[in-house]
Amino acid sequence: MFTMLEYDFMRNAFAASAIVGIVAGAVGYFLVLRGQTFAGHALAHVGFPGATGAGLIGLSPFFGLTAFTLAAGIGIGLLGERAHRDVAIGIVLTLSLGLGLLFLHFYTSNATQATSVLFGNVLGISLDTVAVLAAMALVTLAALTFIARPLLFASLQPELAEAKGVGLDLVSTLFMIIVAVATAEATQIVGVLLVFALMVAPAAASHLLARGVLAGILVSILIGVAIAWGGLVLAYLTDWPTSFFITALGAGVYISAAVADKLRKA
Amino acid sequence: MNAVTFDHVTLAYGGRRVLSGVSFAIPQGEFVALLGANGAGKTTILRAILGLVRPQGGTITVLGEAPRRGNPAIGYVPQLRRGAAQTSISGFDLVAGAAGGHRWGWPVASATEKVAAWKALEQVGATDIAKRPFDRLSGGERQRILIAQALIGEPKLLLLDEPLISLDAGHQRTIIELAHELGERRGIAVIFCSHDINPLIKVADEVLYVGNGKAAIGGVDEVINGPVLSDLYGTPISVAHVNGRIFVMADGIELESHAHVHDA
Repeated sequence: MFTMLEYDFMRNAFAASAIVGIVAGAVGYFLVLRGQTFAGHALAHVGFPGATGAGLIGLSPFFGLTAFTLAAGIGIGLLGERAHRDVAIGIVLTLSLGLGLLFLHFYTSNATQATSVLFGNVLGISLDTVAVLAAMALVTLAALTFIARPLLFASLQPELAEAKGVGLDLVSTLFMIIVAVATAEATQIVGVLLVFALMVAPAAASHLLARGVLAGILVSILIGVAIAWGGLVLAYLTDWPTSFFITALGAGVYISAAVADKLRKA
Repeated sequence: MNAVTFDHVTLAYGGRRVLSGVSFAIPQGEFVALLGANGAGKTTILRAILGLVRPQGGTITVLGEAPRRGNPAIGYVPQLRRGAAQTSISGFDLVAGAAGGHRWGWPVASATEKVAAWKALEQVGATDIAKRPFDRLSGGERQRILIAQALIGEPKLLLLDEPLISLDAGHQRTIIELAHELGERRGIAVIFCSHDINPLIKVADEVLYVGNGKAAIGGVDEVINGPVLSDLYGTPISVAHVNGRIFVMADGIELESHAHVHDA
């Protein structure tokens, strides 16, 4: 089984999924804490027309995808806690998938491209992409560290935070920008449709298992890296798609955590 | 000095007028029960004092100054909502996090913040429950932790928004006694929001009753009587005293005593 590390593409895949597992685990922890998982899901979808549109005009799909998720992140942040926000997000995400389909229609030369954008293609990641992912991860984690304290305060007690002088809209918008970058990274592993598996499943399990913020973030990161690597190993052994195993492991971990939590409280 | 003065203040929330040209003053050191129906604007009044809502007219003065957001002289206990209630973070971390929560950076409390947090927890008698996860605490214990948060920074004015909601009578009494004692010991004004006057009759120096865009302030009997409340509700109200309890009724139906937990 350890022969798999003899392949360049496997080494790249392990490196990329570790980087993404760390970022998604940390960012996802706050996403779950704030009850904004739907926004994270939507951001990924908005990336789809970005990726296919960029392909259409000859740019890197990853660049287009990141640009679109960033724009959507700022948009969602500025919407704040407004009523009907979920409806607005839902309509935009549907429109995005529609637009992505339209771009694909004109960009027929490469059909496998669409599958990789939608469901991920971790085995096709180049060393250059690994470097880009690592750089983005560093920026994301630094930014998250910078806003973590007011973000935590505003997430747990928005009224008190506001009264104490925390700019709720500013914090929320900065966080959504961070989520957008993290989401774009996660799509490189599992694709725009399955981002929940890395962004939300580990974090949601961690919220059930760990006590305290720091422990929660660490457990979330550990689970994220574990299911990403587990998915790679299982895919190598079976030749089934990696993304399938990551989603299955994500669901498995979350369900186990939920059962453990129920048993403990019973 | 007055802790709070409203001079011909007009306030609106979500396009609805909450106060129209209302004036009152709350002297420093007084314990004031802020009463009114659900949606009458109690929270909006607190938010105006905190500088989060700007009045459409008139002048608000808080401790001799204009209201401003982030005023460290005000201790604030907002209504407990889902976010905090479901967190497994310990009460101590919550209080220490609130102490410097507006600063940028990683959420690790400084030594000064830890000392301030313990001191605040001591004053509400919550040191023994402080390390337990917040979501495992009882309603009364949670309110203690929230009140401790408000004591950070030695406030000169305490605002409590419906701290009695979903507490049983025993816990209600402890929370009221705690708020009253804190106000007395520090000589600071306490504005205590509630939808029921009865638990507060013994401790309230004055009652500030809002309704129908108006407000009345004064002793319990001066405010909670038929003529004053009929004016505030805009409908005939009768007030009955039974065994030391006060029942406020419209058309023979009791108002407010069973007000539901609301998110407005």
